[in-house]
Amino acid sequence: MMKKITIALAGNPNCGKTTIFNDLTGARQHVGNYPGVTVEKKEGNLKYKDYEIKVVDIPGIYSLTAYSIDEIVARNFIVEEKPDVVIDIVDTSNLERNLYLAVQFMELKVPLVIALNMTDIAEKQGLKINREELSKILGVPLVFTVATKNQGLNELLDEVIKMVEAKSQPGEGTIKYGEEVEKELDKLENILIQDKKLTKDYPSKWLALKLLEGDAEVTKGVRESLYSEKVITQVGESTTHLKKVFGDSPEAIIADRRYGYITGACREAVKKSPEERQILSDKIDQVLVNRVLGLPIFLTLIWLLFNFVFKVSAPLMGYVEMGQTWLGNLFSGLLPDGSAIQSLIVDGVIGGVGSVLIFVPIIFLLFLAMALLEDTGYMARAVFIMDKIMHKIGLHGRSFIPMLLGFGCTLPAIMATRTIEDKNDRFVTILVVPFISCGARLPVYALLIGAFFPERISGNILFSLYMLGIVVAIFMAKILRKYLFRGEAAPFVMELPPYRFPTIKGLLIHMWERGAIYLKKAGTIIFVGVLIIWVLSNFPWSPNYSKDYDTLIEQAQNNEEIVTQLENERAFEKLEMSYAGKMGRAIAPIFKPLGFDDWKLSVGLIGGFVAKEIVVGTLGTLHSVGEVDEESESLRQRLQSQTRPDGSKKFSPLVAYAIMIFVLLYIPCVATIAVIKRETNSWKWPIFTVFYTTGVAWIASFIVYQGGRLLGLG
Amino acid sequence: MKEDNILLSKVTPGKDVTLFSIKGGRCFRARLTDMGLNAGVKIKVLNSYGHGPTIILAGNTRLILGHGMANKITVKEY
Repeated sequence: MMKKITIALAGNPNCGKTTIFNDLTGARQHVGNYPGVTVEKKEGNLKYKDYEIKVVDIPGIYSLTAYSIDEIVARNFIVEEKPDVVIDIVDTSNLERNLYLAVQFMELKVPLVIALNMTDIAEKQGLKINREELSKILGVPLVFTVATKNQGLNELLDEVIKMVEAKSQPGEGTIKYGEEVEKELDKLENILIQDKKLTKDYPSKWLALKLLEGDAEVTKGVRESLYSEKVITQVGESTTHLKKVFGDSPEAIIADRRYGYITGACREAVKKSPEERQILSDKIDQVLVNRVLGLPIFLTLIWLLFNFVFKVSAPLMGYVEMGQTWLGNLFSGLLPDGSAIQSLIVDGVIGGVGSVLIFVPIIFLLFLAMALLEDTGYMARAVFIMDKIMHKIGLHGRSFIPMLLGFGCTLPAIMATRTIEDKNDRFVTILVVPFISCGARLPVYALLIGAFFPERISGNILFSLYMLGIVVAIFMAKILRKYLFRGEAAPFVMELPPYRFPTIKGLLIHMWERGAIYLKKAGTIIFVGVLIIWVLSNFPWSPNYSKDYDTLIEQAQNNEEIVTQLENERAFEKLEMSYAGKMGRAIAPIFKPLGFDDWKLSVGLIGGFVAKEIVVGTLGTLHSVGEVDEESESLRQRLQSQTRPDGSKKFSPLVAYAIMIFVLLYIPCVATIAVIKRETNSWKWPIFTVFYTTGVAWIASFIVYQGGRLLGLG
Repeated sequence: MKEDNILLSKVTPGKDVTLFSIKGGRCFRARLTDMGLNAGVKIKVLNSYGHGPTIILAGNTRLILGHGMANKITVKEY
């Protein structure tokens, strides 16, 4: 029988934790979320000796305070789930700062093994570590590892098993905080140990420390205790006393003592050669984050990456479409012609799955590009370069990458906001990214620009739409910041990791992790959305047609032209009488002030909720031209020749422009809504997005149309 | 403020300084402390963009600090 144990991997960001996790678990990983928050929870399994080991990758953190959601999640996981062993992975080239977290684990008295990772880099920098000595001082087993070369992992697991089998009590926290502080800690502990419920999960000294440090979560927990009054009075007294003695806040004194302890331990066990050379990363940075060259280099790199993504994904998306058509034809042939089941399978199910799969190539490739930027360490430089510009719109450099991805597809863009720590910044970014014109809107522009604008200005018209999207996004970011997500800009501090060569395995795993989330969650919701639109535009199934199409088609058996004509007319009537058609008629008046109160267009706009390119297809059906794409001459001509009852033209260039602005800004597609729901963890923001984007779209179209008319352009 | 105490945002790139104090809320200070920026630590300013962010080297860590953050940190030249 295999014995089952759980180990948790903890450590600072950029300490090589992910590499160790990938080395240990390989492809046997599972990415989920911690309950209630969008912090990723990665789990994997491995077998080692007699053990079946579940490995949980805890978010990268600097400390166990409760100042960030990652820290709270990590702390709660360790305290509540009680993993058998916690492995703290330490970047040895950055030992003192990394041990700060280790010390906090020691204080929490969890079974701890420290992996001194990246020892190769540390050695190159002239660090010599006496492992036995350091282990003795800290009272924690230490293992040297080089995760990138797969070294030391077996020793690490041996140490873990030794710890599990020995059932050894974790070493006493050996930090001495000095007489004055210890005295106050004792006083607090004496009150705390009276409450058995509190001290069951947490060591009393740790609680006392956290209370003195002003930890919000622990203070909240203590409030529920029977002894809360006594505790809180004592915390107040101790704080005042310590402030008087040291002239500084208790948390600063405690942090100072911790660093002092670490410095002491390192003085004993670590030998540093005094040479301090400029490392390669700094040399590269002299060029890549150069004041003059930084921005152009960054823009060139991004341009190259985007080109690569679009070049590679276009044919792949073509294959997906071909597969979809092939399957559709296959089932069309197998199932009775004209039946509801045929339409459900072909248009609903295959069409629905197709609309999910069509995004797969571009989304996975964009994620691969992102993983490349992240794993090499360049992403942090990009954030640095863009920070000043993004600051002007009330956001940070971190918001830039998501907005950039938005030009490709809004879905990965919104998922990429996960790298933004501050909640306000993140939500504002999520809410403005849909205004950035994604690839799916292009077919609509192509159709309308082709139909209503001379070729020589078509490029400018297209460019103006993209620019308008950016301007609206910036403007709305400012508004949202000012009214909905108030508060000071969050402190922007971020570690600049050294450049590293990414591994293929790492890149693929990162791409897959994010892509799988899209497939699983967004996929289901998009699929349901497509089915709903299918029902709306296909039912009632057999409306009362104005002509008996079946008989007419039978009579015209030999004349293919007439048959096609009749089938198109039937499709048109069917859509006109469907629920979607009725909805289109009902909402058309809303668009009168915008210049396009055309019910057919309204139906198209409803369809655009599934995916914006559907607007083109729906317009094709409604103008009885059968299968169309944006290049379709016949649909362009139909649109040009549409007239009102009074004989005037329905669509002018101005109206077409107003329509394009509306399509650019209104409701993002159902997949985006699904992802917003997922990433904000509530229905509030996706619903808000639906209404506010549509409101913005209406206002923008109104201004352009009415303004244009006043200027005599209409 | 004494003359040798200056704001981190004003330090010319390439200079070595020591951290003297951090102004600002408890959360902000704790965050910097956790990342290795406690009083007395030696800092080298690597890059600074006028009103943009600053890159510093503290210990063996390179950190990007937003302009507002660098304005809250006082350092001493030595």
